[in-house]
Amino acid sequence: MTDEPNAAPAAPGLAGLLPVALSAVLFAGFLALVPQVADGGAIRLAWDWVPTLGIALSFLVDGLSLTFALLISGIGALVFLYSWAYLGRKPEFGRYTLFLTGFMLSMLGLVLADNLIALFVFWELTTITSYLLIGFNHEQADARRAALQALFVTGAGALAMLAGFILLGFTAGSFELSVILAQGEALRAHALYLPILILILAGTFTKSAQFPFHFWLPNAMAAPTPVSAFLHSATMVKAGVYLMARLHPALSGTEIWMWSLTIFGAITAVFASVVALRQTDLKQALAYTTLMALGTLTLFLGQESGYAMTAFATFLIVHSLYKAALFLVVGNIDYATGTRDARILGGLARTMPVTAFAAALAAMSMAGLPPFLGFIGKELKYAGALAVASEPLVVAGAILIASALMLAVAGVVAIRPFWLPPGGAFPRQPRPAPWPMLTGPVILALLGATFGIYPDTLERALVAPTVAALLGSAEEAKPLVLWAGVNLPLILSVATIVLGVTIYAFKLRLRAALARAEAALPSFDAGWDRFLKGLNRVAVWQTRVIQPGVLRFYIFVTFVTVLIGAAGTMLARGALPALPSLSTVTWDGLALSLLIVAGAAIAAVTGSRIAAMAALGVVGIAVAMIFIVFGAPDVAITQLLVETLVVVLVAVALLRLPALDPPGTRDRRPRDAVLAGAVGLTVTLTLLAVIERPLDRSLTDYFETASWVEAFGRNIVNVILVDFRALDTFGEIAVVVIAALSAYALLRTTDKRRPE
Amino acid sequence: MEALLAVTIGVLVAGAVYLMLARNVLRFIFGLVLISNAANLVIFTAGRLTPGEPPLIPEGADAPVGTVANALPQALVLTAIVIGFGLFAFALVLMFRAYTSLGTLQSDEMRVAEPRDDGL
Amino acid sequence: MNSVILRAGTRYLAPLLLLFSVYMLLRGHNEPGGGFIGGLIGATGFVLYAIACGTAEARRALRVLPQNIAVTGLGIALLAGLAAALFGDALFTGQWLFLGATETEKGLPLSTVLVFDIGVYLVVFGAVLTLVFAMEEEI
Repeated sequence: MTDEPNAAPAAPGLAGLLPVALSAVLFAGFLALVPQVADGGAIRLAWDWVPTLGIALSFLVDGLSLTFALLISGIGALVFLYSWAYLGRKPEFGRYTLFLTGFMLSMLGLVLADNLIALFVFWELTTITSYLLIGFNHEQADARRAALQALFVTGAGALAMLAGFILLGFTAGSFELSVILAQGEALRAHALYLPILILILAGTFTKSAQFPFHFWLPNAMAAPTPVSAFLHSATMVKAGVYLMARLHPALSGTEIWMWSLTIFGAITAVFASVVALRQTDLKQALAYTTLMALGTLTLFLGQESGYAMTAFATFLIVHSLYKAALFLVVGNIDYATGTRDARILGGLARTMPVTAFAAALAAMSMAGLPPFLGFIGKELKYAGALAVASEPLVVAGAILIASALMLAVAGVVAIRPFWLPPGGAFPRQPRPAPWPMLTGPVILALLGATFGIYPDTLERALVAPTVAALLGSAEEAKPLVLWAGVNLPLILSVATIVLGVTIYAFKLRLRAALARAEAALPSFDAGWDRFLKGLNRVAVWQTRVIQPGVLRFYIFVTFVTVLIGAAGTMLARGALPALPSLSTVTWDGLALSLLIVAGAAIAAVTGSRIAAMAALGVVGIAVAMIFIVFGAPDVAITQLLVETLVVVLVAVALLRLPALDPPGTRDRRPRDAVLAGAVGLTVTLTLLAVIERPLDRSLTDYFETASWVEAFGRNIVNVILVDFRALDTFGEIAVVVIAALSAYALLRTTDKRRPE
Repeated sequence: MEALLAVTIGVLVAGAVYLMLARNVLRFIFGLVLISNAANLVIFTAGRLTPGEPPLIPEGADAPVGTVANALPQALVLTAIVIGFGLFAFALVLMFRAYTSLGTLQSDEMRVAEPRDDGL
Repeated sequence: MNSVILRAGTRYLAPLLLLFSVYMLLRGHNEPGGGFIGGLIGATGFVLYAIACGTAEARRALRVLPQNIAVTGLGIALLAGLAAALFGDALFTGQWLFLGATETEKGLPLSTVLVFDIGVYLVVFGAVLTLVFAMEEEI
């Protein structure tokens, strides 16, 4: 399941650096906004989009969205640089860059949007670009399956979420987030609160891979490694977390909010960190720890306290920094050795010292060791957990287990491949990664260390403004400090480290036990396959029923539907027409009607082609005569000319076609005759019902008075065609041209299977 | 008079539907011709029948003098006839190509795209 | 079809039908007629010619491929509709010019509406001949 990086390390074209420049410029732009936002000044921009529906393209930059925007554009720049070296010489690099740039911009739109519908559109854009990126190696069945799975799971959740958005928008009276967020009290008391909450959580839980929708995320690792680093750790999967944070002021504070986020978050965190230890593929192990992080973030968003929110904001940043770095490190290992298997890898510190350095820094942040930002994050997590209103010990216990396991996984990623002897032969001779692939991990890992030593900057610039966006006031934010004295969080930290090291020491035995347990338990992934198979079976069955491939069946069903629709409605509404009077019948009208009836009847039952053609001609000419009798000379002339051409064409075709009925058979279909009669009767009744009602002549009157005065034409029919309704006529002649050209193309295509 | 035409159109539609349900696609095309005529007559009749005067404005007048036929359905029917012809011609050619390629006019036997037992 | 009488008659009838079709086209705005009818009559003339003298002969007489005529007609109709934009009106609004108009006589009317109708004429004429020629040649 390894993606194939560049074969040769030579530098690819410089054009591949354009997206790096783009994201760097964006990053710089967002950075420039930090002082203003940190002072409490949110920035809002808006353009009308669909004003009639209250949909606007409006953007809001506050602490929360700015933090996300900085993470997206900053990590984006590093990932683009990394990709340039990792994939830049592949022919598909252009496509890759397009998808990834599209993803980054939609992700930025998502976190900056101030309108629910605009947010939804960006949300779905990230779903689609993520689908394309996961399935980037589309010649691999695994990648295709994973891409489709991610699309289905997150797409289904997003549909539910859209319904929730619409309910929310109508309940709040606006789709603007800034309006909605101010109505928290009213929303929580509203009768629709519960449906809104469930629908929106369906979207955020699927997007952020919360248990039991978690299974798509590890599969999504089929994407190229830089994509996993960007989408599946730092950004896209955090979209769900972002939305829960965004709506926190409006929807949080209820029992149901608190319990659903706490329970699902805690289960996801513990479950994922246990499974993470079981993985031997480094990328898979990181994927499961990402799930753990997402669970923890969700858990904190269920709470209200300043500690929990500070922990959320800090851990969000910590995790993005070290996780993106570690994914890129794994990419480097894969690039260097051709494998990601933890059982084989070892001794790489000599070949790739810079990568080993970055891995060590990032892993220590992940493990939560001082003086890294991860340590502060972990302290805050414990403080936040202990501040949970109910069951603080359960929550703290969950976090303790998850953190200890995370420490063990950090060891697996950063110690094993670099410092221990290899467990087997590598697929290729290790080679050092080029500088663009080192820049990202090193910068990200160093940031984790820097912010750990100087946490004040981060606190003032991003953490406090984010907390302000969540709780309404920056006062609620708790300080980020390395040494807070000997307190309960510190004791828990020590316990974490002890427990984590113990787990790391016994990891092989644990892994074997977990593998046995995993084999015994039902797998979500297999359940997914069964679900898809069932869906396919239903589709096949349904196709057999409604599309048997018999043309007559389709036509039959069509006419039955028309019959039920028209006759059924008339009967149900009691709208049957009264028996009409035939006093105005004229002799010529009667004679022409009889001709039409006779022609239709003969055409329907005859077995002779010539008789059928003649009968059609009789009908056509009688219809033309009706047009003449009732004052429509233009129509009559057209009808006569067309009728002539129809006869010519049919006559030409008949020269080469066989008899209507196979020899010795006759065409007698009583069932069809019953349906045909019923449809005919329905048409008659419908037309009679139409005629019973007064005619609306307003359009005709307008055409009659305007035809000469405004359009200078005395033939009203022609004036309608070429002036009043010229656009319609244009469309119609376009259809005529298309029909003629298609028929021409059909006739001119030589077919080798021709019987002659 | 409209009532009589309504009945006539009903018969015309019945004949057309019966033909369109046939196995032989040539009959289907005959049905198509009939149902096009029926549709045109429905539009024409729904706009009411006025014997005699066509919707023309005489020299020297600004609007039609006296009662004239309803111009609107006439304009609709006129284009419908031409488009109907285009549809008919295309269907005829399609049928002809189907015959030359498949050697049959029976729609039940035309199963290249959807074989009877493709297992799905 | 090989009939001397038909061929001789057609030689005179076809040009007459063509001439008549143009007459029907031009008078269409004020009398029964117009682009649809004109185009159909013109096409009928050539169809008759093709039946009498063969499709190859009819194609030679036409000189231009009928499908080109149809598509050109469509383009003319579109341009006539777009022309309204030059005068600041909604698309497909008729634009009129009366040549030599005086107080009492309105002069010779020229209009984008007439151009549009000519486009319709060419479309119908070309489309019908495309169909008929192809049918007669291929079948």
